[in-house]
Amino acid sequence: MAKDMNDKVNGPVAAALLAGGIGSAAMGLITLIYELDDKSAFSKSMTWSKAVGGLSGKSMWAIIIFFVSWVVLHYVWKDKDTDFARISSIAIGLLVVGLLGTFPPIWHLLKGS
Amino acid sequence: MEMNAREIWTVVHGMVFGFIFLLGFSGALYAIYSMKTEWLTVEGMTKTINNIKVYLWALAISVWAAVFTGAWVVYPWYRATPPEGATDLSTFPKFLLLANESTAQWHEFGMEWKEHVAFLAPIAATVVAFAVSYYGPLLAKKVGERRAIMIFFIFAFVATAVAGMFGAFITKAAAVR
Repeated sequence: MAKDMNDKVNGPVAAALLAGGIGSAAMGLITLIYELDDKSAFSKSMTWSKAVGGLSGKSMWAIIIFFVSWVVLHYVWKDKDTDFARISSIAIGLLVVGLLGTFPPIWHLLKGS
Repeated sequence: MEMNAREIWTVVHGMVFGFIFLLGFSGALYAIYSMKTEWLTVEGMTKTINNIKVYLWALAISVWAAVFTGAWVVYPWYRATPPEGATDLSTFPKFLLLANESTAQWHEFGMEWKEHVAFLAPIAATVVAFAVSYYGPLLAKKVGERRAIMIFFIFAFVATAVAGMFGAFITKAAAVR
């Protein structure tokens, strides 16, 4: 519940931040898994468009995961005050996962190449 | 000064949509940062918040447009496979870059990083626009929330800057024609 008449609960913003982190991490992890073996069934399933190649599925999955998790989290937290500091820290951590997963030297490091 | 359709789309992707976000970022970040009760009167905050919301949503829409025109319009031209035995790779930028050891890393590092990291930007920018829209003038009282929102916005900028920088360098080395 809001603390006073002029305040708002932080749930919706916490939901948006966490969903943003989840979407970013999804992009990072899907990209990483793809790049570790681009001939796998998983990687082949990422080609939603021949012209765009694997990027089509990778990016669309990340966007879908972002919006779906936002809808779900918003529904759960829309009238609540959350532990904002903890959730925003997790969200930022997930952004870092996204950043690392999309960084080519990380792929080469994990591939051993 | 003629440009063909592919060149025009490349400009629209990078120098219109991408540039709008990159140029607009610092003003928007400062606007969020300066939403402090000790710096603004209630009247001032109420008057400026609507402008800030429009500004942030315009930046978010711009960066979505940048990644979608990049991935779905320009990128297919960039990565198109040349016909068997082709010797002139000037209209096949990816293969032109890969054909030479001195330019291969523009694709293998530059484009590979750019095409993926770019998608973090519209996600983060949308979160920022929503958060500021939701709180409105109340954001001035929310120190922790404002800090988290600014961190997200800086992430969006870093992702866009990487994409923009490598886009410019790759276009210099092997333009989409």
